[in-house]
Amino acid sequence: MSKKKTPPMSAWNRRDVLKAGAASGVIAGAPMFFSRAHAADYINEPTGKTVTLGFNVPQSGAYADEGADELRAYQLAVEHLNGGGDGGMMNTFSSKALKGNGILGRKVEYVTGDTQTKPDAARASARSMIEKDGAIMITGGSSSGVAVAVQALCQEAGVIFMAGLTHSNDTTGKDKKANGFRHFFNSYMSGAALAPILGENYGTDRKAYHLTADYNWGYTTEEAVKTSTEAMGWETVAAVKTPLSQTDFSSYVAPVQASGADVLILNHYGANMVNSLTSAVQFGLRAAQANGKNFEIVVPLYSRLMAKGAGENVKGIFGSTNWHWSLQDEGSQAFVKSFGEKYGFPPSQAAHTTYVQTLLYADACERAGTHNPCGVGAALEGFEFDGLGNGKTLYRAEDHQCFKDVLVVKGKENPTSEFDLLEIVEVTPASKVTYDASIFGGELGTCNPGV
Amino acid sequence: MLGLSRSDLLMLLFVLFLVAAAPILLNPFPEASRFAQFNAGYPDLMQRFVIFAIFAVGFNILFGLTGYLSFGHAAFLGAGSYAGVWMLKLLTINVLPAIIVSTLVAGVFSLIIGYISLRRSGIYFSILTLAFAQMSFALAASVLTPITGGETGLQTALNDPRILDGASSGTGNIPAPALFGLEMRDSIQIDFGGWLWTFNVGYYLSAFILLVAFYLSIRIFRSPFGMMLKAIKSNNQRLSYTGINPRPYTLAAFVISGMYAGLAGGLMVAMDPLAGAERMQWTASGEVVLMVILGGVGSLVGPVLGAGLIKYAENIFSKINESLLTQWFAFMPEGLTDFMVTIVSPFVGKGWHLSLGLMFMLVVTFLPGGLIGGVTGLFGRIFGRRSKAQGE
Repeated sequence: MSKKKTPPMSAWNRRDVLKAGAASGVIAGAPMFFSRAHAADYINEPTGKTVTLGFNVPQSGAYADEGADELRAYQLAVEHLNGGGDGGMMNTFSSKALKGNGILGRKVEYVTGDTQTKPDAARASARSMIEKDGAIMITGGSSSGVAVAVQALCQEAGVIFMAGLTHSNDTTGKDKKANGFRHFFNSYMSGAALAPILGENYGTDRKAYHLTADYNWGYTTEEAVKTSTEAMGWETVAAVKTPLSQTDFSSYVAPVQASGADVLILNHYGANMVNSLTSAVQFGLRAAQANGKNFEIVVPLYSRLMAKGAGENVKGIFGSTNWHWSLQDEGSQAFVKSFGEKYGFPPSQAAHTTYVQTLLYADACERAGTHNPCGVGAALEGFEFDGLGNGKTLYRAEDHQCFKDVLVVKGKENPTSEFDLLEIVEVTPASKVTYDASIFGGELGTCNPGV
Repeated sequence: MLGLSRSDLLMLLFVLFLVAAAPILLNPFPEASRFAQFNAGYPDLMQRFVIFAIFAVGFNILFGLTGYLSFGHAAFLGAGSYAGVWMLKLLTINVLPAIIVSTLVAGVFSLIIGYISLRRSGIYFSILTLAFAQMSFALAASVLTPITGGETGLQTALNDPRILDGASSGTGNIPAPALFGLEMRDSIQIDFGGWLWTFNVGYYLSAFILLVAFYLSIRIFRSPFGMMLKAIKSNNQRLSYTGINPRPYTLAAFVISGMYAGLAGGLMVAMDPLAGAERMQWTASGEVVLMVILGGVGSLVGPVLGAGLIKYAENIFSKINESLLTQWFAFMPEGLTDFMVTIVSPFVGKGWHLSLGLMFMLVVTFLPGGLIGGVTGLFGRIFGRRSKAQGE
């Protein structure tokens, strides 16, 4: 270095002056322009004839199938909200605020993004929807890790988050947020609904081995199933965590039989569950005997898409689900009909919950008369409704969790079609799966309109 | 001025102009136009541009000068991110300690990994760094879940201690990262005709730090230390024979570039307080290698351009879906529209990696000096000819 290290002071000063001058110019000039952020009552307040919703779903990774089905349901919901199609569940919904002319008279438009089932990517995608596309509400996702991350982002940014498929207790438990709402059921409800059925069918002196997806959903599901089965006398032999990105589970399944367990509980979802169940069957666990009993496999959270992926292997396996297309109530029938007509196959539970969430959001806007997250939130809190496929449902004000009946299902032994894979064993009434809002800790905080 | 030669100063001023005017330059299309899709001037992406530019500039100090190709630099970015979030959780929501601590933590971490990895060179060095990075990723994703949040990620919470802030949690909302009360997410939006310009606090903080980082990198490139690093690249053996031990120099370069990565990680969480394990994955390490090669290895501005290009492709191309393509090509006859949509759609949306790969291939094949090499070559040709003409 040939030049002197310390620059002459005057040079610094000149630069400083220039910079400061430019900066103060910008600051002084700002109020002279019309500044959007300060004129609005809340962030991304729609001013034109349209309103933009952000559909943030996994398009790649272990939950891509669920994501694709969610997107179909969103497109259907938008069509119905804008007055197209046959109106689907808008006709059976107990609230009649929606008129088929968009939301508050504004045509519904949407943007989509890929969560990749990674919290980082999901937040980046949601941020660009809010900052670039002006989305007023973010919804979707098929993982609780993502749901918790995006919900926190929406709380900070000041938009409503309508959770998609997320089953962890955390979403409306320890990580609940005032701007976030969940229609889907949770691990606690699965455990509470599943345990009595398992007791009836497999007896009360079983030894369980858990394989658990290594993130917040896996943890709470394992916890819920453990607690409720141990309460009736089951014993937990081991609980092993498996990475979400795992595709080959043979090394995890291999030690199960030697462990002395006679039930394998797969706290897996999506492609994880398809792969782990397939390996378990390949290892001959279903035909095996242990402790003088038939070896059994349980999948706490089931979906038709998973059943389809796992094929033959799901026959006779118990699990719980939020909704199933074979339900005979008016709302479910209407939804299955319009979804089936548009896409040629019945919707999954992921499609159902996201469709319902979109309708519930739109309805809350209509009833509140605003898109302001605080107004919408107040309209959703304590809202009781019916006709959306799960019977009478309550959006509890304390934790923004929906309470409704839970379905216990079983892989069908003799499916009549490629979609007829699950049969409903029992509909557990909402009262049996309701819990105190404070048991998971966490605080809602206050609603944030973003300005 | 500033200890820089005239051309370096011009380069610094050029970067200063680019980052200062980015909110305007990156929004060339009016809000309502159909090309608004291609606007990149929103805070999230602009922040990413400058943060990854810092990452790439730092990586270039190691790779561009010494020629040591590290495939594990994402580990330092990740370590910095986790350290940053912990600072935001435990100490204060002010981003300054978070940024400083994340840089230091990444420095210590890279000292350890560098000390071991630098015992080998060439491909063995690359594999060692890759192995360490994958180990860190596996640790962050599952073993160290209590510290890193595992696959759920680590984020701030309402009941964090934040010992320096005290009563800030009384508002019922998690405080947003701020610099002495100036929140990172605050923006001034200006409607100018049909254009919307967003001047974001977090972006300008990151941009300022990029300028400092870039200035430091120029000084390192031009210093005797930088000369020594270049000597290591051109002939490591000869350097040893002259009686100089190159290892301390490479280790210093490794730690400096690790600290740049940590700084980038710290800034990332200062802008958005969540750290996920996947930012340590090998794909993230590979990305920074691509950025530097695409922009131009060993050049000063190259990595900044490369980072910008990759982040632009990732965030803009990936958002283009089929319905949008159909809109664009709707003016064509129907058969042709479908044809165009079918041809283009594999390269956008989920397939943006494909266009990136093609771009990378073209650059490496036809512009060995990267984008910056291409640009200077072009300028050289134009101005070279002119000066020759003047000379005659």
